[in-house]
Amino acid sequence: MAFQPYVPPEQLMKDRSEYARKGIARGKSVIAVEYADGILFIAENPSATLHKISEIYDRIAFAGAGKYSEFEDLRIAGIRLADLRGYSYDREDVNAKTLANAYSQALSAIFTQQMKPYEVEILVGQVGETPAENELYHVLFDGSVTDEHGYVGIGGRAEEVTEKLKDRYGEGADLATAVRSAVQALAEVEGRTLEAGTMEAAVLDRTRNRRKFRRLEDSEIGAILSG
Amino acid sequence: MPPELTPTHGTTVIALKWAGGVVMAGDRRATEGFAIADDRIEKVFHADEHSTVAIAGVAGQATEIVKLFQVELEHYEKVQGDRLSLEGKANRLAQLIRQNFPMALQGLVVVPIFGGYDLRREEGRLFRYDATGGRWEEEDFMSTGSGGRPAKSSLKKLWRPGLSRDAAIRVAIEALRDAAQEDVATGGPDPTRGIYPSVKLVTESGIEDVADEEVRRVYEAMIAEEQGRGA
Repeated sequence: MAFQPYVPPEQLMKDRSEYARKGIARGKSVIAVEYADGILFIAENPSATLHKISEIYDRIAFAGAGKYSEFEDLRIAGIRLADLRGYSYDREDVNAKTLANAYSQALSAIFTQQMKPYEVEILVGQVGETPAENELYHVLFDGSVTDEHGYVGIGGRAEEVTEKLKDRYGEGADLATAVRSAVQALAEVEGRTLEAGTMEAAVLDRTRNRRKFRRLEDSEIGAILSG
Repeated sequence: MPPELTPTHGTTVIALKWAGGVVMAGDRRATEGFAIADDRIEKVFHADEHSTVAIAGVAGQATEIVKLFQVELEHYEKVQGDRLSLEGKANRLAQLIRQNFPMALQGLVVVPIFGGYDLRREEGRLFRYDATGGRWEEEDFMSTGSGGRPAKSSLKKLWRPGLSRDAAIRVAIEALRDAAQEDVATGGPDPTRGIYPSVKLVTESGIEDVADEEVRRVYEAMIAEEQGRGA
């Protein structure tokens, strides 16, 4: 039997956290901001096909930061869970809280039991019938969940981005204002201007029919930023 | 089959092409043997944003197949970030019908029709199925269910290439009315109770559910015309 040196659990967890944090810090940040008609998700993403933001179910969206292959894995698992639940019971019975809990359980198990933790941070958002009923969950690489309100940044420079958003966030702002302030917050943290073509954005818009999720086209983001 | 096991049956559904895409329509009757089980059942469903599926046959099996089909199309779209081609959707539906074949042998037959707007080819397309999962593309129009035969005769006389929206709706309603007159299991329009066939249009911009009010007007105009002719 191979000799296994004793590593105190504190040290083990600390090392894993550090590893995950380093991985996440290499990636770009994603922002979620509540606006008058719902929730906006926005990120800098030069790829037009490898998305950081995605639809999960009628009222629910997902955003991931960190290692693409790992949050893509979580995204697909989330869609599967939601579709299966909606098929077995009813569309109403699919909610963000259940999903956030499932993600939390999965990430926590990976963090403690696997060789390496996932280098990801994710957001699960659900638009409500009124702004007060919106839900936004932030799940970390170790499975810890926080319930966010108004605005939040995740990924590479999450804390700085969230700090910048704090000054700009106004309750009940329209979509254009929300997009502009989010892009400004990202640009300030990065210290350069961001082009509409490299942004990925989507909304959960409560005024839409069954499926509330909608991607914003580059041209639409461009028009907002130049307007 | 023992009478208490008599399943609910959906009856006549039709589809035809027109200038802007396809029209799919169905009567609203469901039967259980010789009894009318439901006079307001819905047999034409949105499969996704650009396709519809209509069903004839055992209603319980059929709605279950449609529900699974809808979930699969949306699941694919979300996971892949792209929609299936219309051809792909038609093939997937054929597989679902084929899976039901053992049940069909026991009498629980489901026969759908599928149609939609093909965004890649930029045209409306229609697909016909049989109980074994056979799938064929139709050129102009089609019908299925117990009143499918009379409906088809009437489509044959009334259909022309490049029908306008209003003309296509009129043809659909006329075909369903003919079916109701020839087939006991097909329900005709019932103005006193406000029951009209369900009619859906699929075009490049999506699916439009034609309002009962519009169907009623078309139906009344049709009757007025016939009375004018002394029919």
